[in-house]
Amino acid sequence: MSNVEIVCNKLSKSFSGKSIFKNLDLKISAKESLTVTGRNGTGKSTLIKVLAGLLLQSKGSISINENNVSLRRENWFAKTGLLSPYFNLYDELTGFENLDFFYRLKSDVKDENENPETVNSLLQEVNLFDKRNEQVKNYSSGMKQRLKLAFAVINKPDILFMDEPRSNLDKYGIEIMNRIALQHKERGILIIATNDEEDKQLCDNSLNIEDYK
Amino acid sequence: MKGNILNSSLLIFKKDLKSELRTRYVINSLLMFVLVTISVIRFALGDEKTENELLTGLLWISIFFSTSNGLSRTFVKEEERETSIVLKLSSDSTAVLTGKILFNLVLSFALNILILILFILITDYSVKNVTGFLITVIIGNFGLVAASTIIAAIISKANSKGTLYPVLSFPVLLPLLITVINATKLASLGVGTEKLYGEITILVSYTIVITVVSYMLFRFVWED
Repeated sequence: MSNVEIVCNKLSKSFSGKSIFKNLDLKISAKESLTVTGRNGTGKSTLIKVLAGLLLQSKGSISINENNVSLRRENWFAKTGLLSPYFNLYDELTGFENLDFFYRLKSDVKDENENPETVNSLLQEVNLFDKRNEQVKNYSSGMKQRLKLAFAVINKPDILFMDEPRSNLDKYGIEIMNRIALQHKERGILIIATNDEEDKQLCDNSLNIEDYK
Repeated sequence: MKGNILNSSLLIFKKDLKSELRTRYVINSLLMFVLVTISVIRFALGDEKTENELLTGLLWISIFFSTSNGLSRTFVKEEERETSIVLKLSSDSTAVLTGKILFNLVLSFALNILILILFILITDYSVKNVTGFLITVIIGNFGLVAASTIIAAIISKANSKGTLYPVLSFPVLLPLLITVINATKLASLGVGTEKLYGEITILVSYTIVITVVSYMLFRFVWED
């Protein structure tokens, strides 16, 4: 289990002077989980992007284990995993090639011929092992979402962010997503942006972004 | 992130190469662009006997527009296909820039070899000092790639990507183009390599300055 802790102090974000959220204080430690709720367009995804280090906050601070995130975001990315509808994996690469590429980037594997057991076991976990040699452009949207889920946890992150994780998933895909989320919750921090009641049950705490307008 | 920068750069370079060979996202349009440009030059020149001074200018016009058409795609492709976030989340910014520069170098050199062969075949272009000519073309290419890659990173964040590239690249590349055109013209006329020392020094200095500035700036462009 990691002993990671995120602390947000008076966090605010605005775009062109329009406030998205303001004065958000938050403290989450390992084995804690949080759902971020709120109507469409109220800033759930923006908060996830700010917490994940993809957007800079307008005011306030975010720190992980007392280190300021804004100063060296690459160190932050090494500790986090993100599942989001706002990115794609490489369509022209196969599922295996995608995960292998990111696994090698995020870890320290130098040997080209080293058998990446982590990649294969992850592909099995998200039920894409049989399709691992097909280009991602031939995957269905549900399969792409499962591959993105594997990407999110490939570096065994301390903090896992999931933005609308059920997008495009069928019942079986949702089971896989729930299983991975629960496994992660046992050792790190889980933050989910959702309005789905079942997703809310995965987490211990809830934050309504509309309370920070 | 744990991996060293050289290892990550090579991974990104190999990924880009594999991706390009599968999609032909840039190669096909560049090949067509080169063929059309060289054909237009051939028709424009007709059977006229053309001086090397003019032909050198035309050669660099072909190289400049072909490379600017291709090299600018490297980051735009990541933004358009919404893959830049996964790269950002997975790799150090220095490794991303190095990987992209390596890919652009390979693309640019392959393209320039093709342009040179076609150009020599269809015009009366002759090079008397081959060593000096090759040195200036190679260093000129390094400068062109270094400048084009960072400009490509900057324009990939803008809305009007296509129109912004020539606007931004022209003033940045002007000192390089003037020097490299002059140096290759002199080399083609047979001026000795030792007499090209001044131009070669400028080209090397330009390339070093642009490369250093690119590495200093890139993190802010990439993480924005």
